[in-house]
Amino acid sequence: MSEHIVSLRVYFTIFMSLMVLTALTVAASEVDLGRFNVAVAMAIAVLKASLVVLYFMHLRYSPTLTWLVVGTGIGCLALLILLIMADPWTRDWLRVAPPFPVR
Amino acid sequence: MSSSVATAAHRGHQHPVAAEVHHHFHHQHQFDSAEQQYEASTLGMWIFLVTEIMFFGGVFTAYVQYRTAFPEGFGHASNHLDLTLGAFNTAVLIASSLTMALAVHASQLGKRGRLVMYLLLTMALGSVFLGVKAFEYAHKFHEHLVPGPHFQFPEPHARAAQIFFSLYFAMTGLHALHMVIGIGIMVVLTVQAARGRFGHNYHTPIEISGLYWHFVDIIWIFLFPLLYLIHRHV
Repeated sequence: MSEHIVSLRVYFTIFMSLMVLTALTVAASEVDLGRFNVAVAMAIAVLKASLVVLYFMHLRYSPTLTWLVVGTGIGCLALLILLIMADPWTRDWLRVAPPFPVR
Repeated sequence: MSSSVATAAHRGHQHPVAAEVHHHFHHQHQFDSAEQQYEASTLGMWIFLVTEIMFFGGVFTAYVQYRTAFPEGFGHASNHLDLTLGAFNTAVLIASSLTMALAVHASQLGKRGRLVMYLLLTMALGSVFLGVKAFEYAHKFHEHLVPGPHFQFPEPHARAAQIFFSLYFAMTGLHALHMVIGIGIMVVLTVQAARGRFGHNYHTPIEISGLYWHFVDIIWIFLFPLLYLIHRHV
C-alpha cells in the first residue's frame, strides 16, 4: 500500500495541541470581549477542526481529488448559511423592512 | 494429469488459518490495483461525510438564525449548561480520536493486538462521553429545561430559551446517535480484527471507520463552543 503512515510523534503533538486549544477556548470565554467572543470561539474551533482533518483524517497526505470533495462540502455549507443569513444579518441596514425577527 | 498434480500441490499449501488471510489479499476485479481500490474506498467515505456536513449544516443554520434573533435569550439559556461537564466531554472525545488514529496506525503496521486494544479504548472513551451526556440530559429533565408542557424558564426569555433547548437536544441528540452508530461499527471491527481479518496490506474498513469517528469529533468541536461557551457575559 502506498498510503502515508503518520508518525506517532505527529499524532501526540496534534492531540496535545487540541487539548491546549480546548483549554484556551474555555479561558477565552471567561473574558468579556463583547461581540468578539463569538469570533474567537469560532476561530479556535476552525483551527481544531483543521488539525483533525489534516492529520487524524490524513487529508494532508491524500490525493487532490479528496481535497476537492472536502472543499466542495465546506463551500456548500458556506452557501447554505451565508445565503440564508444574508436576509437577517442585513435587515436593519436600510430600515425598509421590519427588523428581524418578524413577530 | 499435470493439472491433478497441480491441484494436489495447491491443496497441500492450503492452511485454513485466519491469520494468513491477509497475506492472500487481492483487490476486486474492477480495480487496477489494491492502491486504486483503497483510494476509491476512502474517496467514497469522504463523499458520504460531505453529505453528513450538509445534514448537520441544516441544524447549524437553524441555530445561527435563531441566535441572531434571540441573542440574549440564548445567552441566558446557555448559562444553564454545565461547562465543566462539557469541557470534560470535549477532552474525552479528543482522546478517543487519538486512540482511533492509533488504531489506524496499528492496522497499517499489521499489529493485531494493538489494533484490538486501541479499538476497545476508543469504544470505552466513547461510552464515557455518552454516559456523561445521559447524566446531563437527566439533569435537564429535573430542572424542567426540556422543551414541552413542563418547560420552565424565567421571563422574559422563556420563549427563546425553549428554542435554545430544542436546538440543544436536536444537535447533541443527533451527535450522540452518530456516536452510538460509531461504537456499533467498532464492535464489529474489533471482532474482525481479533479474528485476523486485517493486516498491513488490507485495513480499509479501519481507515474509513476512523474517518467517520473523527468527523463525529469535529461536529462536537463546533457544538461545544456554540452551546456551552457563547454569550457567557449577558
